[in-house]
Amino acid sequence: MISYGGRPGIKDPNDEKRLFDQRAWVAFLVICLCLIALLSRYVWLQVSSHDDFSTRSENNRVSVRPVVPNRGLIYDRRGRVIAENVPAYRLEIIPEKVDDLEALLNKLTPLVDLDEDDIENFQDSRRHFRVFDGVPLKMDLSEEQVARFSVNQHLFEGAYVVPYLSRHYPYGDLLTHVIGYVSRMDDDDVASVDEGNYRGTNVIGKIGIEQFHETELHGTSGFERVETNVSGRVLQVLERQDAVPGQDLVLSIDVAVQQVAWDAIGDRPGSVVAIDPTDGSVIAMVSKPAYDPNLFVHGIAHKAYQEILNGPGRPLFNRALRGGYEPGSTLKPFVGLAGLETGVVDENTRVFSNGKFYIAGYGRPYRDWKPGGHGWVTIVTALEQSVNTYFYQLAMNLGIDRMHDYLAQFGFGETTGIDVPGEGKGVLPSREWKRAAQNKPWYPGETVIAGIGQGFNVVTPVQLANAVATLVNGGKRYEPRLLYASKEAGNERAQQQEAPVAFQVPVVNPHDWELVREGMERVVNGPRGTARAITKGAHYRMAGKSGTAQVFQLAQNEKYVAKNVAQHLRDHALFVAFAPVDAPRIAVAVILEHGGGGSTDAAPVAKEVIEAWLDQEIGRQTGEQP
Amino acid sequence: MSLGWLNRMIPGWIGLPRLDPVLLSFLLAIIGFGLVVLYSASGQDMGMVERQGIRLGVGLAAMFTISQVPPRILKAWTPWLYGIGIAMLVATWVLGVGRGTQRWLDLGLFRFQPSELMKLAVPMMVAWYLHPKILPPTWKVVLVSLGILMVPTWLIYHQPDLGTALLVAASGMLTLYLAGLRWKILFGFAGLAAAAAPVLWLVMKEYQRNRVRTFLNPEADPLGHGWNIIQSKIAVGSGGITGKGWLNGTQSHLEFIPERHTDFILAVLSEEFGLIGVCLLMIAYLLVIARGLYIASIARDTGSRLLAGSLSLTLFVYVLVNGGMVSGVLPVVGVPLPLISYGGTSAVTLLSGFGIMMSIYAHRKFIR
Repeated sequence: MISYGGRPGIKDPNDEKRLFDQRAWVAFLVICLCLIALLSRYVWLQVSSHDDFSTRSENNRVSVRPVVPNRGLIYDRRGRVIAENVPAYRLEIIPEKVDDLEALLNKLTPLVDLDEDDIENFQDSRRHFRVFDGVPLKMDLSEEQVARFSVNQHLFEGAYVVPYLSRHYPYGDLLTHVIGYVSRMDDDDVASVDEGNYRGTNVIGKIGIEQFHETELHGTSGFERVETNVSGRVLQVLERQDAVPGQDLVLSIDVAVQQVAWDAIGDRPGSVVAIDPTDGSVIAMVSKPAYDPNLFVHGIAHKAYQEILNGPGRPLFNRALRGGYEPGSTLKPFVGLAGLETGVVDENTRVFSNGKFYIAGYGRPYRDWKPGGHGWVTIVTALEQSVNTYFYQLAMNLGIDRMHDYLAQFGFGETTGIDVPGEGKGVLPSREWKRAAQNKPWYPGETVIAGIGQGFNVVTPVQLANAVATLVNGGKRYEPRLLYASKEAGNERAQQQEAPVAFQVPVVNPHDWELVREGMERVVNGPRGTARAITKGAHYRMAGKSGTAQVFQLAQNEKYVAKNVAQHLRDHALFVAFAPVDAPRIAVAVILEHGGGGSTDAAPVAKEVIEAWLDQEIGRQTGEQP
Repeated sequence: MSLGWLNRMIPGWIGLPRLDPVLLSFLLAIIGFGLVVLYSASGQDMGMVERQGIRLGVGLAAMFTISQVPPRILKAWTPWLYGIGIAMLVATWVLGVGRGTQRWLDLGLFRFQPSELMKLAVPMMVAWYLHPKILPPTWKVVLVSLGILMVPTWLIYHQPDLGTALLVAASGMLTLYLAGLRWKILFGFAGLAAAAAPVLWLVMKEYQRNRVRTFLNPEADPLGHGWNIIQSKIAVGSGGITGKGWLNGTQSHLEFIPERHTDFILAVLSEEFGLIGVCLLMIAYLLVIARGLYIASIARDTGSRLLAGSLSLTLFVYVLVNGGMVSGVLPVVGVPLPLISYGGTSAVTLLSGFGIMMSIYAHRKFIR
């Protein structure tokens, strides 16, 4: 086809050029042919099949729509539904289909009662959607609104009423601080989740269990490939991959006990946490005041939110988790155990209380609550009567750092690891802590008052309850768990979730632990027990310890008289308890803000909670009276 | 011709730019059209257009610079360039950065894709090697040339970057072809390649196999792998003869086309400018190729001639593969539409290639 010419073995530039030119021409012809072939493909696509592709492009648009998984339900430990999904309707707008959005919104306003918040939220969330996706405008339409819209639907091109499942919390504010709530996703939420999985999801868990277990509750989105016509109506479903529903969760909370605690607190701000010491599960966790989580599900109006935010007692504040309180005398059992286990004191160590305690070189007296003192006391009677002098002396002998190290084993000064976000740490003071936090040296007087849970000590209710549970179950400190069991979609039975053990407090001598528990038993049952009033009519033999947290610092010789002090400066009342004493099934911490006395006000709350729980668990039995 | 005497009187580096105004005007026409399409394809993102403009500016600067370097100097550099390219490919293998694929080499100041360098270095090296040989090449020469092009191809294919590997191999093969590789051998290779296809299937990566499967039957997996092809075809087809008009492509703007500003930008162009736009673009490419072959033909020596010729023909491989991919007649491989697709390295490489061609043009033979 092509002559190579030239003399073999000798390089001839002219020959090579001729050869190249021939090859280049052939290549150019091939290129022209290929281009003609390629262009004929474009002619086929753009001329012959133009109508077909035009139709596919304009009219029969195949779209992929997310199939939203049903959010998992939440039950209490007795199987009551505490977070459910109820059918509802929302109004959606597909921006692409709307010519004049403003006019449409104006027309819709009277029909479905749009307000500024709705429109603002709509404009905000538009950015997260593609133009051919429906953007929610108004959630949870009333039947009347749906009816009004549906009659006039033909007037509102691009607006649709869409059925969906809305989250509902049947117990309202009773469980807000446990479950939390779901609400409209904001920019941060959108950035933090897997976009594909949340394509059709409008709400996300904001706080509490709903936030902590968002992944499990949400499930996995499916998709649906549908053919739609110009107006977006689905002509046929071409393919469908079902969503995997979220897991159903069973919480260890017992709504009945929660309700008893809630009612017992009354109108006072306060908190109750009850933990089962045998497995670390949380039986009740109340923080009062609270608010109705259902208000947040569909996006709360700005004004309503301000009302809650600034409401009396700060309802948004979760006291059980974040409230920091001086533990007062409720810390004494732990300080006592520290003394016994480290060998600083023993069963027979006696201390004389004359009402005032002095450190050498300091003139300031540290007082007993009983003028004139309690006389000779041992660890058991010191706990029974809450004798400050015994613990002043013990704290001095222990020293702050040893005390800190021992108490830290019970979880003071650290988060408990409970499975809801936002827990506080409290403060367990030590020299090191003070240097880091305040850059100041430690003073001996601070050790003395630390011995009775005052000074720098700060605990949260959940910390306190968990420490008591640890004290009565032989030192096994759990990470308290609200999640009791979870059930994946398709499974018949729920899978029990066990609370992990955070730490095992070493037991040097089991008798030491017995002594402390005996002291606490006598607080309730002893002849001089500070809380012996609650023994009357008690169903079970209980043990406990009262405490008072000072809010208001009295002058040196002033006497605290409740009625002389303004309500917001009154002492916080604390009470910790467990029962039954021989085989504890519940550990409780009660804190009533400005509630007055631990024994008089907080102890009856603890008693009610304990009985509400044990009446179900054990059945009624009569406590022995000594 | 009119400026030739001037060029000879003034030293090269400070002389008037030794540019080919004909080739330059074709290139600028394509680049201008490309930026207009990119503005639409990017969703009217002026920032993206500016970034691409800067990259093209860098590319043009590279073209001007290289066009000032005489071919003999380029020739002297060729083995080094090739050697460095191979070394860097091996380096990416060891310490490359990139999402799942090892294509990029981080040089501190900027990240660099050594495979792009090979698009130029391979035809240069093959031309350099063939230049002193007697043409048409003997068997031995052919085998050595094949070795020169297969080593980088293999390395790039394993990055894995099928599109670039294909282009690098093509540029080397085209050099051999232009050097007069005997038809017998050429067809022999073609037959061998056809026979080797099943073997190739076995060594391909899963995602590459998926592309071939999708190409053969896009409707089978319309959500996943077939999505690009189906949506791209709808975009092209719905464009019709005159197109929907600039910025009016619904397929493109509804985000139905993935990669619509990079590998699939031709779909946007087809949708908005129709068959007329596609034809104009193809004619522009054809003119560039024709001019390139003309430059090759009048080159001073065989090495330059082979290089200019293969660079021109490689441009067509780009166009054919990309155009076929977008219209659904070829499988989806990552080959950009030259000078139009968004992306820096490919534009710089291409324009550097044209710089070499201009240098060859400036040192042409004066036969007339």
